[in-house]
Amino acid sequence: MESALVSGVQGLFLGVLNLGPGHVIMILIGSLLLYLGISKGYEPLLLVPIGFGAILVNIPLSEMMAEGGFIRFFYDAGVRTEIFPLLIFLGIGAMTDFQPLLENPKIILLGAAGQFGIFITLLLALAVGFDKLDAVAVSIIGACDGPTAIYVASKFAPHLLGAVSVAAYSYMSLVPLIQPPIMRALTTEKERMIVMGAVKQPISKTTKIMFPIVVTVFASILAPKGAPLIGTIMFGNLMKECGVVERLKRAAENEITNIVTLLLGLCIGATMEADKFLRGETLLILGLGFIAISLDTAVGVLFGKLMCFLTGGKINPLIGAAGISAFPMSARVVQAEGQRHNKKNYLLMHAMSANAGGQIGSVIAAAVMLSVLQGMGIVGK
Amino acid sequence: MEGPQMDTWTFGWTLALIGMAGTMFVLWILSLLILLIRKVFPQQSEASATKKG
Repeated sequence: MESALVSGVQGLFLGVLNLGPGHVIMILIGSLLLYLGISKGYEPLLLVPIGFGAILVNIPLSEMMAEGGFIRFFYDAGVRTEIFPLLIFLGIGAMTDFQPLLENPKIILLGAAGQFGIFITLLLALAVGFDKLDAVAVSIIGACDGPTAIYVASKFAPHLLGAVSVAAYSYMSLVPLIQPPIMRALTTEKERMIVMGAVKQPISKTTKIMFPIVVTVFASILAPKGAPLIGTIMFGNLMKECGVVERLKRAAENEITNIVTLLLGLCIGATMEADKFLRGETLLILGLGFIAISLDTAVGVLFGKLMCFLTGGKINPLIGAAGISAFPMSARVVQAEGQRHNKKNYLLMHAMSANAGGQIGSVIAAAVMLSVLQGMGIVGK
Repeated sequence: MEGPQMDTWTFGWTLALIGMAGTMFVLWILSLLILLIRKVFPQQSEASATKKG
């Protein structure tokens, strides 16, 4: 009887007895993410579930990610299978208006330049010692696109998923702080003051309906490994533009996106177990992620300068910074920066074109990457 | 040299260069396709078809 009582009481304290400094640090990091999401408003829809997931998984003996654990179930079903990020893409497609891009299609090239940070960061990641597929997963932070980063990381380096996702979402929310100094450093006052005229090109409904179909077919044929990414975002957009499946569109942009965001956030948080997250490589990933997004901005602006030169000064190079996937935040940053230097400058619609190009660009960059990896025999056929 | 035995830098430079060029190429093709579908399905013809209907 006495020993049973002692064992019972010991059982109550097992959690405390197994609590290590790593758990405490990770619970604090989880709390920090909650603080950033709740108090600072940084990507709260993701950072709140990620932060809470990080806390849950670091409760000693909670076994959230053990075989059969509560979060492990969703992780196996949605992250390991890569289904969750794809479902989020469905919602993003249903929410995105590509009209500005259809009005001014040449701006889509800025969306390509805005992805170059991915590939330069890949070289940096290899240089600091990441192995090939880990380097691919780290570099994809430069897509500045959460679901793309999660999709690629869960495919090639699931052990880095937590760090990659946290870096991607944190830096996306910090775009208004990261981009302006780079934009100012790479442009002259004269360039920043360039006024771009309105592009008011009428776009027919048929064009809007054809766009997602054509993009899916051609881009998927050119980069077949990326067909799930391209297909889901474009299917979402087709539902939005065709106008005959309003219920499905609403489900994609509301119920599906909300439920998947919640579960995906918890799952990502749950990959942040102390023994996996508290490593030197996590700091490296955070550093490389910052470099990736900075490089995206820099190359985008430099490409904007090239387009400015080629068009005889008709394009304000600032809009190049919007060639990333952080939509519409990046376009707003460009608008604010343009207005700082010329009150009569309204760059928003042009920046929105570049930003929509960046959304497609990030998906295409990942698709191209996956297909090249397949072609090189690094990943299976 | 192909597959997992490819050395790190051959892998890195190949993926980086083809990745950048490939992304630019695919998006350039898409910009041309947008121009094409805009030409094939202009706003005016659709508006007049609606009027006639």
